[in-house]
Amino acid sequence: MFGKLGWDSIPFDNPLPLVAFGAAVAGMAALGLWAWRRGHLPYLWRDWICSVDHKRVGVMYCLLALVMLLRGFSDALMMRSQQAIAMGNDGWLPSHHYDQVFTAHGVIMIFFVAMPFMVGLMNFAVPLQLGIRDVAFPTLNSVSFWLTAAGALLINVSLVIGEFAKTGWVVYPPLSELRYSPGVGVDYYLWGLQVAGVGTLLSGVNLVTTILKMRAPGMGYSRMPMFCWTALATNLLIVAAFPILTATLAMLTLDRYLGFHFFTGDMGGNQMMFVNLIWAWGHPEVYILVLPAFGIFSEVVSTFSSKPLFGYRSMILATMAICVLSFIVWLHHFFTMGAGADVNGFFGVSTMIIAVPTGVKVFNWLFTMYGGRIRFTTPMLYSVAFMVLFVIGGMTGVMLAIPPADFVLHNSLFLVAHFHNIVIPAVLFGAFAGYTYWFPKAFGFRLDEAWGRRAFWLWATGFVVAFMPLYVLGLMGMTRRLQHYDVPSWQPWLIVASVGAVMIAGAIGCMIVQLYVSIRDRDTERLKDVTGDPWDGRTLEWSTTSPPPVFNFASLPDVSHEEPYWGMKNRAKEESRLSERPDYEDIEMPKNSPTGIVTAFFATLLGFAAVWHIWWLVILGGLGAWATFVVFAWRDEVEYEIPADEVERRDRMRREGKAKMLDLPPEAVA
Amino acid sequence: MNARIGTAAALGMTTLLWGCAEPGILDPAGPVAGAERVIMLNSLAIMLAIIVPVIVLTLAFAWWFRADNPKATYRPDWSYSGRLELLVWSIPALAVIFLGGIAWIGSHELAPERPLRSNQPPIRVEAISLDWKWLFVYPDYGVASVNRLVMPVGRPVAFRVTSATVMNSLMVPRLGGQIYAMSGMVGRLHYQADRAGRYEGLSAHYSGEGFADMRFDADAVAPAEFDRWVAGARASGPVLDDAGFRRLEKQSMDVRPFTYARVRPGLFDATVMAAGGHVAESASGGRER
Repeated sequence: MFGKLGWDSIPFDNPLPLVAFGAAVAGMAALGLWAWRRGHLPYLWRDWICSVDHKRVGVMYCLLALVMLLRGFSDALMMRSQQAIAMGNDGWLPSHHYDQVFTAHGVIMIFFVAMPFMVGLMNFAVPLQLGIRDVAFPTLNSVSFWLTAAGALLINVSLVIGEFAKTGWVVYPPLSELRYSPGVGVDYYLWGLQVAGVGTLLSGVNLVTTILKMRAPGMGYSRMPMFCWTALATNLLIVAAFPILTATLAMLTLDRYLGFHFFTGDMGGNQMMFVNLIWAWGHPEVYILVLPAFGIFSEVVSTFSSKPLFGYRSMILATMAICVLSFIVWLHHFFTMGAGADVNGFFGVSTMIIAVPTGVKVFNWLFTMYGGRIRFTTPMLYSVAFMVLFVIGGMTGVMLAIPPADFVLHNSLFLVAHFHNIVIPAVLFGAFAGYTYWFPKAFGFRLDEAWGRRAFWLWATGFVVAFMPLYVLGLMGMTRRLQHYDVPSWQPWLIVASVGAVMIAGAIGCMIVQLYVSIRDRDTERLKDVTGDPWDGRTLEWSTTSPPPVFNFASLPDVSHEEPYWGMKNRAKEESRLSERPDYEDIEMPKNSPTGIVTAFFATLLGFAAVWHIWWLVILGGLGAWATFVVFAWRDEVEYEIPADEVERRDRMRREGKAKMLDLPPEAVA
Repeated sequence: MNARIGTAAALGMTTLLWGCAEPGILDPAGPVAGAERVIMLNSLAIMLAIIVPVIVLTLAFAWWFRADNPKATYRPDWSYSGRLELLVWSIPALAVIFLGGIAWIGSHELAPERPLRSNQPPIRVEAISLDWKWLFVYPDYGVASVNRLVMPVGRPVAFRVTSATVMNSLMVPRLGGQIYAMSGMVGRLHYQADRAGRYEGLSAHYSGEGFADMRFDADAVAPAEFDRWVAGARASGPVLDDAGFRRLEKQSMDVRPFTYARVRPGLFDATVMAAGGHVAESASGGRER
């Protein structure tokens, strides 16, 4: 009836995850109860959970990422504390637990923090920047989000029912095969990532279509904001790379469930093929994460330097070069597997070539600041810190691209330091810059600047303190994933690194306080954004109100410039009046729909049942997800209409805000 | 405030170089590790020549062009310069041409499968990774050793590496780089110790529960002492036949070093073939399959 599932599946001997999970569930229940008592539940269900509005889907993606950041960071704290004390002893985490922790840390940080954060910011900002009303497939967008959330849920359920993988985050066979990992940990990994991966792929299809087909009138490719270009490159990479992951994980699933031998050590299986395939997805994945961050930095540096982006076309070229080149470098992840000198040499050189467009980007941001009037807001601080720290990570990356250097550095803590030196200053700081930058657009009030700065300084210094010692440890011959060690000279460096982790904990604490203070003070003069343009922005998202109406723009903007909103603002200033009032028309918008969450519910059932071999529930979950799709496909009403009067009313509010911002007389509004 | 980022970055770089004094890959005890260190430091120096100015410029521009600096000239429309574009594409391109040359040549000269130049014939060692220990077979001497690699100083060691279990990676950081141990496949690696001493060997690739203890001593000893060690190993200890290998194969952790007096000939090749691999005496690439 319940497959492999029984009471012994719950790790009572290991209370920590049970308590943590219990606390999280209790917290969510309390939040739910509060919402129910206040009568917010119908609103939450109707206007958020079922929402197909790209802005709300984007916000929910970012929220998921922030919550998962807490989980992934808890894992990080556990690892750092374990290694700080486990010199010559077993520390406080036994290896079967420690091995789950570092696997979960990698999986959660990549798939459920970095990915949803970037996808969320793209979802939120790209349609606004393109001057359109929604993404190409709004309901599909909601399905994508909920499938990602379902994957995250499955991975987290493994905390209390069963176990998680003990294989490292890229689950190399044969260790991940049934023979060496007979438990359900790898199955949670496989099904969690398959469900989330479908969501990511659909979201990629959606955004590629949106960018290619739905730009505002006049917005040619060479007028798209840089963030939209990087989003295009990112989503092309998602569409091209994620099917590889899906296929690879499906093959491993067949190995584990039906006795296939794709990657086993015997019967003609080939473990190298898994390594090849996982990195053929895995390296583009690095750029899937970092390209949107590059886009955010481009927007932020330009806005807060009060200048257009330097070398716009050269940036486009660099972005697309990275997009293509990212597919021919994957072998550098396994120079040490003995592919031979020619193959290693080729991939070493190709990896370095990708550093050229990346270097160009850094120089272009540098020259964007040159001649600017730089305002050091939190997003700009993150950008400057990124530029400084990222070049160090880039440098160590190029070192690792030299095969003979990689032979000694591979799998060492030098490598761990290198990729954190990319992922934290580039991806995470990019996400935080984007979060602070677009927060007022999403909610109509800014995030508190003082707490934002505190968080920034703790993040930046905490990162340095936590990861620079790992470079040293790598040179001292320390490999990754050690549950304990007996080299005394490593310990001081590991203790320093754990101090860095505590500083980052402080940074995260500051971010939580920042959110609380900002929500509390949201109506004050200090934080409220009545103009829709709190940063003196240059791109179209700042031309509408904060938060934007559900339809984003009362009339689609006519774009004749690389920085359309900057042009509009200047014209309004010169002529002392706003642009002509358009003829308002009824607007049709897609109806909200529970399709996303219902599909995800069934997908979660399916995944959970497959992990535990509960076959009837697998069938039920599959049928349920399919039936949801059928019901949606046969719906009668697709859209609803917003009357022209309402559109006009909302636009008048917008125009009043703009007039006030530009000090125009009241008659300029009319 | 940017000075603080700068200080932090400078501190980071100092710690990076400070590592030189510590034992590890920056303190090589053989020609392979020595050459790898030279390549690493050369590339580091070339790149520092670019990134230090970039970091300084970033901080300088950010500081000078701050909004409240009345002396800075505001150029609100300056967003293109053909000359600068040429420059920003050529600087990284030139650096990469240079480093790419290093990578290509280094990849060939230091290919792990490439035998070391020496007037002495190499000692052959067949390394098999097990859960969770290393087995070193000396086919020319008919002995084997668990978790201890003994080699004469100044003479190359030619490894063939495979796994009887999951993936591992054989490495003695002070002697040189690593090669993966994978079942059904043979990896090749060459080391030479120029100084006598005990060096730490390890598996660099995570292999499951007992991974942290998958370490071994790599002892470089005088040739005479090596011969004594071989004689001593032959004189006592168990025999490694198929049954003995099956016993050894069982999972165990933190195994103390011991030796086998006799080893069934062809054990290594049989292990490779049992996992579906093929064995060739010479391999042009790094790996036979």
